[in-house]
Amino acid sequence: MKIFRLPETDTVRRLQAMARDRILMLDGAMGTMIQTLSLTEDDFHGRGGSGTGCAHPTDHPQKGNNDLLTLTQPEAIERIHFDFAMAGADIVETNTFSSTTIAQADYGLQAAVHDLNEQAARVARRAIDRATAIDGRERFVAGAVGPTNRTASLSPDVNDPGFRAVTFDDLRIAYGAQIRGLIAGGADLILIETIFDTLNAKAAIFACFEAFAEHGKRLPVMISGTITDASGRTLSGQTPTAFWHSVRHARPFSVGLNCALGAAAMRPHIAEIGGVADTLVCAYPNAGLPNAFGQYDEGPEETAAQLGAFASQGLVNMVGGCCGTTPDHIRAMAEAVAAHAPRKAPFHD
Amino acid sequence: MTDRYLRLSGLEPFVLTPEIPFVNVGERTNVTGSARFRKLIKNQDYAAALEVARDQVENGAQIIDVNMDEGLIDSRAVMVEFLNLLAAEPDIARVPVMIDSSKWDVIEAGLKCVQGKPVVNSISLKEGEAQFREQAELCLAYGAAIVVMAFDEEGQAGTCARKTEICARAYRILTEDVGFPPEDIIFDPNIFAVATGIEEHNNYGVDFIEATRWIRRNLPHVHVSGGVSNLSFSFRGNETVREAMHAVFLYHAIGAGMDMGIVNAGQLAVYDQVDPELRDACEDVVLNRRPDATERLLALAERFRGDGKREDKARDLAWREWAVEKRIEHALVNGITEFIDADTEEAHQAAARPLDVIEGPLMAGMNVVGDLFGAGKMFLPQVVKSARVMKQAVALLLPYMEEEKRLSGGGGRESAGKILMATVKGDVHDIGKNIVGVVLACNNYEIIDLGVMVPPQKIIETARTENVDVIGLSGLITPSLDEMVHLAAELEREDFDIPLLIGGATTSKVHTAVKIAPGYRRGQAIHVNDASRAVGVVSHLLSPTQKSAFVTGIRSEYVEVAEKHARGEAAKSRLALQQARNNALKLDWSAYVPVRPRFTGARVVDDWDLAEIAEYIDWTPFFRTWELKGVFPKILDDEKQGEAARALFAEAEAMVRRVIDEKWFNPRAVVGFWPANAVGDDIRVFTDPARDKTLATFHTLRQQTAKRAPRPNLALADFVAPTGAAEDWIGGFVVTAGPEETGIAKRFEEANDDYSAILVKALADRFAEAMAELLHARVRRDYWGTSPEERFSPQDLIDEPYAGIRPAPGYPAQPDHTEKTTLFRLLDAESATGVTLTDSMAMWPGSSVSGLYFGHPESYYFGVGKVERDQVADYAQRKGMDLSEAERWLAPILNYVPGARNTLAAE
Repeated sequence: MKIFRLPETDTVRRLQAMARDRILMLDGAMGTMIQTLSLTEDDFHGRGGSGTGCAHPTDHPQKGNNDLLTLTQPEAIERIHFDFAMAGADIVETNTFSSTTIAQADYGLQAAVHDLNEQAARVARRAIDRATAIDGRERFVAGAVGPTNRTASLSPDVNDPGFRAVTFDDLRIAYGAQIRGLIAGGADLILIETIFDTLNAKAAIFACFEAFAEHGKRLPVMISGTITDASGRTLSGQTPTAFWHSVRHARPFSVGLNCALGAAAMRPHIAEIGGVADTLVCAYPNAGLPNAFGQYDEGPEETAAQLGAFASQGLVNMVGGCCGTTPDHIRAMAEAVAAHAPRKAPFHD
Repeated sequence: MTDRYLRLSGLEPFVLTPEIPFVNVGERTNVTGSARFRKLIKNQDYAAALEVARDQVENGAQIIDVNMDEGLIDSRAVMVEFLNLLAAEPDIARVPVMIDSSKWDVIEAGLKCVQGKPVVNSISLKEGEAQFREQAELCLAYGAAIVVMAFDEEGQAGTCARKTEICARAYRILTEDVGFPPEDIIFDPNIFAVATGIEEHNNYGVDFIEATRWIRRNLPHVHVSGGVSNLSFSFRGNETVREAMHAVFLYHAIGAGMDMGIVNAGQLAVYDQVDPELRDACEDVVLNRRPDATERLLALAERFRGDGKREDKARDLAWREWAVEKRIEHALVNGITEFIDADTEEAHQAAARPLDVIEGPLMAGMNVVGDLFGAGKMFLPQVVKSARVMKQAVALLLPYMEEEKRLSGGGGRESAGKILMATVKGDVHDIGKNIVGVVLACNNYEIIDLGVMVPPQKIIETARTENVDVIGLSGLITPSLDEMVHLAAELEREDFDIPLLIGGATTSKVHTAVKIAPGYRRGQAIHVNDASRAVGVVSHLLSPTQKSAFVTGIRSEYVEVAEKHARGEAAKSRLALQQARNNALKLDWSAYVPVRPRFTGARVVDDWDLAEIAEYIDWTPFFRTWELKGVFPKILDDEKQGEAARALFAEAEAMVRRVIDEKWFNPRAVVGFWPANAVGDDIRVFTDPARDKTLATFHTLRQQTAKRAPRPNLALADFVAPTGAAEDWIGGFVVTAGPEETGIAKRFEEANDDYSAILVKALADRFAEAMAELLHARVRRDYWGTSPEERFSPQDLIDEPYAGIRPAPGYPAQPDHTEKTTLFRLLDAESATGVTLTDSMAMWPGSSVSGLYFGHPESYYFGVGKVERDQVADYAQRKGMDLSEAERWLAPILNYVPGARNTLAAE
């Protein structure tokens, strides 16, 4: 497998040039935006109204399968992408957080995975092309690769610590199918995100390498972990620096953190990663902590103020939002970071 | 950060910065390097194997090497299993792993299990460039650093020129073609044996060192590693010389740029501390400085063979010229009794009162011992020897003190506190208790030792009349746990509030926290399982200023331990007995014909030769008794404990010689075989081969933990053919080293020589275990004849390479001690051997071993683990025992609270 002898895509240089000038903007949350649409089971299946029907008929209930909306409610998804793009996002993430055979198994839609990813990249592309037609700013599509709902380095059975519900190869194959779909749909970058088990992420990195080798070109890879624990470690127990050491072989375009407990709790960990990572640093936290009803109360100004502080302290090269962030949040963030220079990445040699 | 450092990770990061001159890679989780680890892995004793890894990390290993290359195990599966288990142990998984195998498929399977950044050990150009490139690319894709051996299509490089040529070629391929980061490359330019007598080998040391220097200068950012022990291969058996060679070699190799190595910590002698003459001779060899270097080192080596070093020390009597206080200190620290009477007398003449000698120079010397022990610079056997010196000195002063007291009626000596120690009712084991007693006595505590099998009333009475400050309880067998719970409740009832120390092999912090401490609320029960901690714990407990904070700390810790235990238990899923039985091990009895033993019934074995038994001693547990942790014989070379271990071993060997020459022990044994068949979970034993009359029934217990297929839920009965399947047999035995040890130990104690008293007891235990091993070998070859062709050497047997097992009632495969009564009855063991059973089913004399023989070649040791109410009810019914009595005997393995059926529901 030739990995680093492959040519890089042209987008890399353009992204790097932009990143030298300013702090790049990622978009906000897809999932919580979809929730506000209050869609019904029929909507998810694409039956009636604005729906387009689904080429992957199934008996499983689909309500909650947000990724399916790419196929059944493409206009709604495109509108969310477009709103984020117009709010200031340079990079929008595809609606593919759960578009792996492993995660779609819950909905009986393993066979739809290639379609879900390819179309998601196309929908996102359509949205940013419309935005660019309006303001002339170049934007990029990041193919979002989620963690799946299984862990490769932890046993779900306390009684049998040697047991694994999923193996590296299971994940490598599932991620490979997803990444090939994203590349086929024209994604500019691959974003491996919300990593709670680094071994899952390593399988995704391996799958990227395999897919890039077939594609003949190396796409830029973004890597984003999540620290949900007061101990300051990933779910699988790594410190932020250990996490960086484990994924550095991907030579990622950026590394950082997302989701979790909001910007305030993320700050020390982002600072730690920024201190050791010889690449761009990206932070896209939730809009604070969810309240008792699972909703996020932090308003655009609050989240933006915290990320603005990250920027003024030279901690970040890229920011955006995760759960609970809206186009208004992204607009406020873009304003808050605009005045600040991007973090200077420490480069080896 | 403009550096190119090697960056690895486990749960925590590791960066090889220039401030770290040398990374010592832990090598004990390597089946090719550690016989003990190999044995644990072969027996699938992963819990103990993880402990080995944990020890290494606790002792400072920055990376742990995991190697499962062994012909008889499925290396790939075991690598995966072990790495997965390792991942569940945060205190081990915090350091990076070195995945070590000569097989690429094992390495690749390992790479798929670790979330951190590991090191692959190793790849090379051995099979050509294409394969090298492919494996390097995969290592890159998995995110691993690599060790690259100086090995190519022509073979392994010996000369500096070949080493550098291969490494340069590999470097070029890796960095220019593959795109491998140079800082992630570690070259291993092959350390070969020198001083082999073959002239071509003489320059191997220089070749490695010079190749290392060239690599570090010419191949930017890479690292150099190697396996050091190869170097001194021709001096195996002479650890002093090997250690010196390694010290000299590392000194020069590290100087040349070697920055990583798989090194036995025991071989890391300090360059400066090697005997100058020996160092010089080693340097001649390692650096190939003169043609006769090998001959000269060989000649010199004889002088350093074995304990040569220590003889030199003993002959050095310069310390006899020192002031008397310093001489006493020296004698105490070094455990020398030879001059202590004269020195004590001299100190007494100079002092106003005999007590001044104790409280002056003797206590000062013991304080030095205590400090060295606390700092880990002295080890238990040395401290016990110090105590022997102290006791002898005090014995000399006692008559003077009595005389003084008689004349003046004045006060005696002030002790730091009074401690009552006892082995509980029904238990006869006391080595650990005696060691703790000696160590506490060394620290000026007064010890009242009530001995073994002490009833609770006697402990309470003595505690009251002697007004003791602390009670220490010890026990080795599981029923002793209940005795301790009972005693704690009695102390509570009798209004005591003094601390209660709990120790002994079956005790644990969890048991103390869950079962003992809650019953004794006025006082505090504390688990102290090693002598090294005892002094600290007792001094805290008796300190007016520190006690309350210390006890509060213990209490909250125990509450936490108990809660965690309760949560853990609640989370465990267990099978109903019937489900467990459905998943029993099903051996193929059509493929195996059980062997008929040479005789039926019991037979006394009395042709014992103590010298032969001694050859079968497994020394590792002996060192563990003395809190020297490590595998024999490697422990003798341990960096820290080696000196103490060598001294202890020399004295043990000397005593073994006396045991043999003077026939100290009178070993006895009985062995028997009977026709037997499994009936459910029971093993029915018949009077004769017609199998129509039942002689007795052994009852066995079945594992109830939910298992992952294809692992069975085992019971010992699974190893015996069921009725109708085949005509099977079972055996049983009792061996004892004899009752003599007690008398001998007592004589030593009376001579103020606790060291020898403990030593003889520890040796008697080893003799009994060795007899069991020897007898089992005879059973397999001859009496039963299951393996007539077997030819293992005595020391081979430690790894249990043979077919068949000999589990003992009361131990993990059958935790019920009462099964011993059936065994003893069948063997008529009491009259045949003199071994008796106590109320708690302990065997007296303590140095006795019993067990059942299972002949099926696929039988193996396992642990029953916790059992549920359904099985205990069934078991009690099968045994004809009251449920409550069965629950009492099985208390340590019950997975429920007896009699509290509805507790959980009520909560």
